[in-house]
Amino acid sequence: MNRFIGFVKKEFHHIFRDSKTMLILFGMPIAQILIFGYVVSNEITDVKIGIYDKSNDHITHEITNKITSSGFFILHENLNSEQEIEKAFKRGIVREVVVFESNFARNLERNGSASVQIIADASDANTANIVSNYTQAIINSYVKNELLAQGLPYEIVPEVRMLYNEELKGVYMFVPGTMALILMLVSAMMTSISIAREKELGTMEVLLVSPLKPLPIVIGKVIPYMVLSFINAIVIIALSYFVFEMPIEGNLIFLLVETLLFIFMALSLGILISTVSNSQMVAMFISMFALMLPTMLLSGFIFPIENMPKILQWISSIMPARYFITIVKNIMIKGSGITIVWKETLILAGMTMVFLIMSVKKFKVRLE
Amino acid sequence: MLKHENIIQVKNLVKKFGSFVANDNLTFDVKRGEIFGFLGANGAGKTTAIKILSGLSFPTSGDVIVAGFDVYKERELVKKNIGYMSQKFSLYEDLTVRENIRFYGGIYGLSSKYIKEKTSDLLERLKMKDIQNSLISSLPLGWKQKIAFSVAIFHDPKIVFLDEPTGGVDPITRRDFWEMIYEASNNGITVFVTTHYMDEAEYCDRVSIMDKGRIEGMDTPGGLKKQFNAKNMDEVFIKIAR
Repeated sequence: MNRFIGFVKKEFHHIFRDSKTMLILFGMPIAQILIFGYVVSNEITDVKIGIYDKSNDHITHEITNKITSSGFFILHENLNSEQEIEKAFKRGIVREVVVFESNFARNLERNGSASVQIIADASDANTANIVSNYTQAIINSYVKNELLAQGLPYEIVPEVRMLYNEELKGVYMFVPGTMALILMLVSAMMTSISIAREKELGTMEVLLVSPLKPLPIVIGKVIPYMVLSFINAIVIIALSYFVFEMPIEGNLIFLLVETLLFIFMALSLGILISTVSNSQMVAMFISMFALMLPTMLLSGFIFPIENMPKILQWISSIMPARYFITIVKNIMIKGSGITIVWKETLILAGMTMVFLIMSVKKFKVRLE
Repeated sequence: MLKHENIIQVKNLVKKFGSFVANDNLTFDVKRGEIFGFLGANGAGKTTAIKILSGLSFPTSGDVIVAGFDVYKERELVKKNIGYMSQKFSLYEDLTVRENIRFYGGIYGLSSKYIKEKTSDLLERLKMKDIQNSLISSLPLGWKQKIAFSVAIFHDPKIVFLDEPTGGVDPITRRDFWEMIYEASNNGITVFVTTHYMDEAEYCDRVSIMDKGRIEGMDTPGGLKKQFNAKNMDEVFIKIAR
């Protein structure tokens, strides 16, 4: 029995002395519960909306008031034309636009009914559904409590339009996120593992002694993954287009260029990870837990960013995938061009530069 | 063959890692064509010195000339003229014998034709023609060692650095390996080998023994034994290290 206890004790020692294992056993569960608790919320708050009020009478104003004081919505802008509606959606800040027809109050009095249009940005199908339902509920409660209660048999029929994604297909959400995830996996993780492997096996030393300069070594390591990533990206886009009927409203070439940019970013991130990893395990570990997991949860892939607490939103803003997902969604679903996504593009390019500069610095330090 | 020309010249080499002095004012020369043993216990500073000589890291201070080139300013030329065999043998386990040779020949700038010819030649001499397409991982340690050495001198460097090349193999295999080293030396290649097997010291033309970052003895094996009044190199080492 004593032998057995001695053995079990040894196993405990192994666990407590390995920081990676400790992280998985204690750090991960806590982080996961916190993140999932905050992130996985189907409630929405502070959703930015736009109002296009063609009528501007007391009833439309009352309804608008009810909507904006409900606590769920924030009036971001008042729109004055159809074109402005499209622009607002493309900019991606408003999730919904409520359009009141002209002569709203008068139509109610004369004809007993008036129409209001609820246009929701359905590139995120779940949120669009929830948001439009909330809005409808508010309007219905107004009808019940204000109009019918006063004996006015008015009817307000909201017409709901799901923009960009009429059938509320979930695939619109998943394709951009999946692309980001797979490109990160192949480019960042595999690159970092590959370089770390040379370090671990000792062959890196021999390469460094040879006339091969460090830059060609790294580029040579990176090229196969770049090619594979690009092929992967094309396959995903092709599958989503042909099999899932996801549109490519915008320019396909532009989409591919942005994809290449993201691949470069992921490759340079992979290189950076390899400079701080001495073995493949470490590289894989960092890639998995510091990269893939947060990307899945916090990049807006599955859970909308606006609903997260500020801290998580802040963390989300340093996730490169978040910007790529925005870019892809914009190009594929909304047909946006560079004028809309220039900010995200610039951020990705900037991140790439930073990662590369940091990698070069770390490499130089190694050679002292 | 000019046996007296100095192919490596080291003067006051210092290498510090923070406040830790790994190489403390090393001064020595290696003559062209000789087999120079760089001995010392683990942690004495051998690997650090060899990394500096092979251009893998920079000295903190001191003059280091390898194969006629300055390691500070002419690193690329140093690299072109040396070969290196690391402690871990440096071959790719998931590539074949042939593929490894092809790869290393290529990165030293040899033409495909030349590589082909020389590879045939090499495989013939090593009697490894029938395993040329086997993965390195399938070969016994002694064979890997021989292939690694052959690859290190494939491009006919002036100097070849061997960092503990015989770790983990039996005495017979070690003896065989040293035959290869002799052959290379006879062909004019200077061999700079580190080891902590003191019996291998006897095989060298000259030997230097490092202890705690300093060279505490340097001479032919015979000279050292006389100097320290020892029967063999083991004893020399013990007397130095104590």
